[in-house]
Amino acid sequence: MNSYPENSLVVQDLKVSFQETDGLLQVLDNVCFSLQKNEFACLIGPSGSGKSTLLRALAGLIPYESGSIEFPEVHGRKPRTGLVFQKANLMPWRTLEENIALPLQLAHTPQAEINKKVKEMVELTGLQGFEKSWPHELSGGMAQRVAIARSLVQDPDILFLDEPFGSLDELTRERMSEELLRIWNEKRKTILMVTHSIPEAVFLADRVLVLAGFPQGIVLDLPIDLPRPRDDELRYTPQFAQAAATLHEHLKL
Amino acid sequence: MAIRTSTQQESPIWQRVTRQRWILPLISLVLFLGIWQALYLLLHLPTFILPSPAIVWAKFLQVLTNGIWWHNTSYTLLELSLGLFFGAVTASILGYILSKTPTLEKLLSPFLVGSQSVPVVAIAPLIIIWFGPGLFSKVLICALTVFFPVLVNVLVGMRQVSQDLRELMDSFKASKWQILRHLEIPASLPVLLGGLRVGATLSIIGAIVGELVGSDRGLGYLINLGRGQYDTALVFVAVFSLIFLAASLYSIVLFLERRALKWQTWQEI
Ligand SMILES: Nc1ncnc2c1ncn2[C@@H]1O[C@H](COP(=O)(O)OP(=O)(O)OP(=O)(O)O)[C@@H](O)[C@H]1O
Ligand SMILES: [Mg+2]
Repeated sequence: MNSYPENSLVVQDLKVSFQETDGLLQVLDNVCFSLQKNEFACLIGPSGSGKSTLLRALAGLIPYESGSIEFPEVHGRKPRTGLVFQKANLMPWRTLEENIALPLQLAHTPQAEINKKVKEMVELTGLQGFEKSWPHELSGGMAQRVAIARSLVQDPDILFLDEPFGSLDELTRERMSEELLRIWNEKRKTILMVTHSIPEAVFLADRVLVLAGFPQGIVLDLPIDLPRPRDDELRYTPQFAQAAATLHEHLKL
Repeated sequence: MAIRTSTQQESPIWQRVTRQRWILPLISLVLFLGIWQALYLLLHLPTFILPSPAIVWAKFLQVLTNGIWWHNTSYTLLELSLGLFFGAVTASILGYILSKTPTLEKLLSPFLVGSQSVPVVAIAPLIIIWFGPGLFSKVLICALTVFFPVLVNVLVGMRQVSQDLRELMDSFKASKWQILRHLEIPASLPVLLGGLRVGATLSIIGAIVGELVGSDRGLGYLINLGRGQYDTALVFVAVFSLIFLAASLYSIVLFLERRALKWQTWQEI
């Protein structure tokens, strides 16, 4: 495992299929890529190409048929992973802060520590004043913040996000993207985020991976060398348009 | 982002009065007693047909002070609490196991559907014949009446547990026990309590039918006793005690439901 010291995730020849009643549904094959430590990568691809499936396999929710998924150790321990779904997936019977506390409770964290960490996450995601609110009282954007706070509360080394802003309107989406960048800056994590928005991917990522359907795997690994910190202006530069155009082309294949 | 401010709106007095939960029921109770007294005065019926509210009240005080009321009410209460408890607990456990073993559920589903359409009170006399007139047979009747609604609702509730939340729990590597405690129970509790509410009401009927068929203690026994002695006031006392018992039980389950569902915008049922 020492062969990729600066990597935080190495995927090789990953193959995933689902056992269906009428046979085997092959979804992913020949998927190879790696993520560097503290890198922000976006995964983009046509609907049904297996992006969610890939993330679920990486997060250990579904088994894979062959290939390998390696998480090189950080500070001599196995790295922790966090996962954010497209839907906020909050428990309606838990208040906002109880929702954020869930993973810590499941890991038998002492209550004092839970309180401290939850408070920190509430501040990080700008949810102060709503700690006692019920999920049905939150807006879509706020609910998604809670989901992100919940995934960050265990301080994961790698964060997987599956279209976390997919259900939000354009403006909220852009604001949430900027907040995610701010959080990433503050916390320095490796992030792999699925999105179906090309501008979003270019705006956020150090690198954009394009996943084509079975059996092609990752067909493009495009570095985005735009300066950071990034702000709205960037969206109107030629470099931005250039990267977006390249991605657009590969997605049409 | 929204900002919280706390200003409470003042409402007119009559609205605040009627919003008090007890005020409207109280009005209807007074009305009821008034009509009853009026009927008694107008129709000149003999006391063993229709006693006046005052006579019934006197009877109530009498059986209250000589201990007969509590002697019988406590017995019915005991039957009910034991029956409800064991019925609901076994139904919940069995419901959980069935929901985890679909083949078994499919195997038993005809019986579950059938059980919904046959009132358990109908077999109450059988149970008395088989198990005698003691406490056990009544507890069994109560337990059976509450058993099926709760069982069916546990199955429905478990089926309603969101697949997405299951996946979320998986992503946190939650154990089976943690999934039960933090997801399955809270998610299916509303439906389960709905079943309990239905079951609790039915089980009172079960207990009374059981006592009417064969018993030497309980409110059903008191009804039998009053009837046999043409002590209609005593029958009234027993019936009102029953209504009171049923209403209390219903309120308790409703209270539990509200507590468990405080996260929902509560709608009156
Ligand atoms: N649990 C499952 N069982 C069987 N088939 C599945 C399962 N999950 C996904 N699939 C199939 O795998 C394929 C890829 O699905 P996936 O959700 O990964 O696509 P996606 O790239 O995330 O699409 P989208 O952009 O629409 O979210 C689809 O054909 C889908 O039907
Ligand atoms: Mg998807």
